[in-house]
Order: sequence, then C-alpha cells, then structure tokens
Amino acid sequence: MNLHEYQAKELLAAYGLPVQQGVLATTPEEAAQAFDKLSGKFAVIKAQVHAGGRGKAGGVKVVKSREEAAEVAKGLIGKNLVTYQTDANGQPVNSVLVCEDMYPVQRELYLGAVVDRSTRRVTFMASTEGGVEIEEVAHNTPEKILKVTVDPLVGLLPFQARDVAFALGLSGDQIGQFTKLMTGAYKAFVENDFALFEINPLAIRGDGSLACVDAKIGIDSNALFRLPKLAAIRDKSQENERELKASEFELNYVALEGNIGCMVNGAGLAMATMDIIKLYGGQPANFLDVGGGATKERVIEAFKLILADPSVQGVLINIFGGIVRCDMIAEAIIAAVKEVNVTVPVVVRLEGNNAELGAKILDESGLKLTSAQGLSDAAQKIVAAVKGA
Amino acid sequence: MSVLVNKDTKVLVQGFTGKNGTFHAEQAIKCGTKVVGGVTPGKGGSEHLGLPVFNTMKDAVRQTQADASVIYVPAAFAKDSIIEAVDAGVKLIVCITEGVPTLDMLQVKRYVESSGSRLIGPNCPGIITPGECKIGIMPWHIHKPGRIGIVSRSGTLTYEAVAQTTAAGLGQSTCIGIGGDPIPGTSHIDALKLFQDDPDTDAIIMIGEIGGSAEEEAAEYAKAYVTKPIVGYIAGVTAPKGKRMGHAGAIISGGKGTAEEKFAAFEKAGIAYTRSPAELGSTMVEVLKSKGML
Repeated sequence: MNLHEYQAKELLAAYGLPVQQGVLATTPEEAAQAFDKLSGKFAVIKAQVHAGGRGKAGGVKVVKSREEAAEVAKGLIGKNLVTYQTDANGQPVNSVLVCEDMYPVQRELYLGAVVDRSTRRVTFMASTEGGVEIEEVAHNTPEKILKVTVDPLVGLLPFQARDVAFALGLSGDQIGQFTKLMTGAYKAFVENDFALFEINPLAIRGDGSLACVDAKIGIDSNALFRLPKLAAIRDKSQENERELKASEFELNYVALEGNIGCMVNGAGLAMATMDIIKLYGGQPANFLDVGGGATKERVIEAFKLILADPSVQGVLINIFGGIVRCDMIAEAIIAAVKEVNVTVPVVVRLEGNNAELGAKILDESGLKLTSAQGLSDAAQKIVAAVKGA
Repeated sequence: MSVLVNKDTKVLVQGFTGKNGTFHAEQAIKCGTKVVGGVTPGKGGSEHLGLPVFNTMKDAVRQTQADASVIYVPAAFAKDSIIEAVDAGVKLIVCITEGVPTLDMLQVKRYVESSGSRLIGPNCPGIITPGECKIGIMPWHIHKPGRIGIVSRSGTLTYEAVAQTTAAGLGQSTCIGIGGDPIPGTSHIDALKLFQDDPDTDAIIMIGEIGGSAEEEAAEYAKAYVTKPIVGYIAGVTAPKGKRMGHAGAIISGGKGTAEEKFAAFEKAGIAYTRSPAELGSTMVEVLKSKGML
C-alpha cells in the first residue's frame, strides 16, 4: 500500500522530521485559501497521485497568486495525471498539496531506505545528488550513494546517522539536525512497517536548515492488520479496480495486456502458466491465483474478474489439486461456467488427486470446456482455440 | 539419509488444535510422519488426534524430545511462535503461515542465525522426504522416494517438479519449499549446500521466480561449490515490472529481479535450465543421461 505525499509528510512530521509546509486542497477555492494561509510570494501546487514523475507530466506547478493557485488546482483536480510511471489512463487527481515555496535552496540531498533482501537488513541510502531519479544516480555514479545497514535487533544508532551527515558534507548544527531526522525516519520505518521510504529532495534551505520537500512511503501490506490508522487512509481510487475487487475475495489478480485469461492455484504456478502461454505463441491477459481451495464460489468470482476484461478471448484453468480432489474442482468449474455464462473457449488442466475423473466430468458436461493432459497440452490447446476464434 | 528430515524425525505442531493444524497433522500422520504432539496455549494437558497438547514449546520439547516443529498460527503470531521454538531448542522449524510482516522476519532471521536452529519458510509448503517424513501441506501421494533434491520458492511449482520427476521414474530424496517471501529462513544456497552434502541426492532441481537476487547468488555458489547436476527454472518471464505477483517476494523493483537476469545467471554458471515448467522432469532426464548417470 502506498501513501500520498501529504500523508507521508504528516506521518514523518509526527516523528519530528522537518517537512516543507503544505495545505491540502480538494477544490480550487481551498487551493486559493491555502495560498493565502501560506502567505508566501509564491507557492507550489502538487497533484496527489500514487506515481512518480509528476513534475515532468505537469503535476507540479509554481503559482504567484491566489487566483493562479485556484486556476492550476482547477486544471488538475478531477483529471487523470499520466506520468511515465502510470499506465496510459493515468492516475486520478482527487486533491492537490499547496506547498510553501522553498526558494532559495542551497543544496538538494537524497535520503531513502528499503528492506534489502540480500543483506536482510533495513538499508539506508543517502546521496548528495538529490532532486533527480536515484536509480539514475545509482546507475551512472554508484560511488555517490552511501549505504548504511541497520541491525534489526539493535536499530539505527546515532553514530551511523552522523557518519552519513559528515559524508554528505553537512556541518555545524546540521549534524545534529540530520541525526535527529535520520533516527526519526528509522523509528517511523519500523513502527509503521515501511517497505519503501524516500525523501527526495531533502533540501538545505537558504538559512542552512533541512526540509523534506517530497516524501514517498510504501507500507508492507502484510502488516496492515497492526496499522489500523494507516489502513484507514488507504486511497483505493489510486488502485486498479479489478485488482481491488480481487483482493475483496482474497484472490490475487494482476491485469496484463494479452487475450488469454488464466486461473491457477498458487502464485508460482500462475506465473509459470502465463510464461508457457507465451512460450507457445499466446499472450496472457492476467495473473490470477485462486489459492488452495478452488471452491465454486471462488471459481465464480475468478471467472467474473477474468471476463470483465473485454480483451479476453479464451480462458486457461490450471489447477494442481494437491489435497483437494480434482473431480470436486471439475464440478466447481462446471457450476461456475453455467452461473457466469461463459461463452469463450475454456481449457482446463487438472493434475493430482482424481485427475482423470475430473477430466471425464468436464468432457461430458456438454459445455464449451476442453480438458488437457499436462501443462504443454493445455497451453497449446488454448493458444490454438483463441487463434481459431 | 536424505536432507534435514527422515523417518526418525519427531515433529511438534504449533497451532495444533486449529483448523489447519488439525487437518495437516492428520495428513502427516497418515503418511507415516512421527507427529509427537502439539502446542496450543491454554489447552495443555488435553489430547488432540490421540496426541498430547502442551501449553508451551519448552514443555512440549522436554516431554517429547521433538527435533522439529511446524507452525500453522496466524501471521500476527508467527514471529512469537518461531522464536518460542528457537528458545525451546527445536532444531528444525517449518513455518507454513502466509502473510508474515517483513520487518518481523528481519528480526526472526537475525535471531535464528545466532541460534542452533534452522527455519524453513514462512509462506511455504514445507519439507518432505518421501516415504519417511512430511512436514507441511504438500500432497504426499504424488511423491516417490528417489534421488532428486528439489528446492523451490513456489508450492504448486514444487508439486509440478515432483509429479514430473515421479512420472519420469526418478523420484525425490527431499523437497524443500523455501517459500515466496522476501526474507526466507532457508535460502536457495542453503538448500544447495544440504543437497551437495547429502549422499542420497544425485541431482537438484532449483525453482526460482522473479524478485530479489537469491537465484543469481545461488548460481554463483553452485558454480563454485556444487558438483551435482542442477536443472534450473524461473517463473515470471511475462510478469510486469513493479507488480507483486501473489507472493510477497515476487516483484521486479527498480527494474531488478527479472526472470531474464536469473536465466542469464544460470547460463553464466553453466547450470542447465528449461524455460518450460512442463519440462522440469524431462530436462533432468536429459542432463542425467548426458552425464552417464542414467
């Protein structure tokens, strides 16, 4: 789950981090009021969407008056913002953050943290090259990225933060300020189960003090059960509608661009099924893991999701019935096909317990169902059926 | 011999009296696993499936001398259960639970590393030595005792490899499902080490998927230290970037962790691989034949 910039800044401010001042606005009038409230000569209006690259896409603009603030807000709110990180439809802008103008800024730094899988540690990354994509810095000048790994049983210690502060060329009061900022960020990270955290840029103001100008936070979805406050501010409008619907039924669904719908049990096998469709010249329309219990209800919901995608011209069902019997899965599929009124060709591959009986039940159902022997056969049959259609 | 578990392994079930614990303990007992009891706090002293229930892991280990435990508790309690098992001196801890927060696992992993215990999982099917011991949720009837070691991040893909090696007449020495989370207790490298040292394993099937760099690291390790033949497979060639594909660990982030990078690592390390999940067994047969092992 991702947070909006304004939510991330609120959260970080609660941990004592200095953040750029800002006021959230959901209407042009609120944006004008926010401009007055900030009482600066200029203000910066930023579209609140779950995507990077907002600046280049026209989602971040400097305004000089309350009228201009209202006008820019009017141009953004209610529209979709397309950036290089979104799909072609973009993300809906429901609000804008009206921010204080930071000018003049001495320097722009970068501070981020992730859970590093190789070292199995929370790893901070800092750089003097803030304000640009950190992936670019990492790629072109990896020596400009400092890394600090944190022992999960000890936590981030002040000396580690001081090391970074000195390495970033900070001095005087800035050392204490930065140490407080970085240890506060770590505390926020572990208390809120961050999966990803980024302050970019971390600005040094004209007077030498630090301020977080943009903040990106991703939360570990597995931890939402213990983060009720964050779960409550999840903005579902930023998420894919079908994926959201799937999660309500505890199905894992990811939309792709092909025309062969997939229904599989197990995430690894679901990916492998997509891959084998491609291997035989087809294009998968989705990833869908129905989980262990492929019951009638779940198969029905899965069918509804898959067929809600208008590009789907055929469906491949691939179930490895480990503990569940394949004849029961076959009955569930037949019932679901009847109830949802599936008209596209469906190829079913059942493996495991009572697989032959399952195939027989499918073949004798009188429905447009084809049973397959093995994974290759299944992929070939569905690719052929869709091409022939 | 086999790896980590055999016919003498005594297994405790954490979350014994719950729905999942009960069902899978019954299955394990049916196929001959030595389940010696379980733990459900507050139900100590009672019996479940004809076996003793204990309040704490310390009690359970003291009275049963168990060497392994399997965890079926909800995600919120997984960290507690794993560390309780470590402190009770359990040598092999298998955590089936899906959805454990990553930060919990950072601490757990660090704790387990400084102990004498080994953790498999979480979010995994478990471990099985066919015909001897099944700790986890895998369907035992598709297995066949044999000489192929299987390690995989995915449950159903492990079953796929099992069914194919069974059909090819090869069978399995031990199958380790290491799980689909970003911070697994046991890694591909750990499993390769175990199989390399096991006199009853002749060759290894290693199944990976997108996300992280564990397969690349394992490929490098294999090149340096593993003399037994390996067949590799990676799921997720068609997965889009930045999307989590079911498993918490299956995500291409910052353009890193793609299937192609992992296949390239296999190639570089001289590991045989297949791009078809339907050819895990047949590729292994070819490899064994080419080495004169079949």
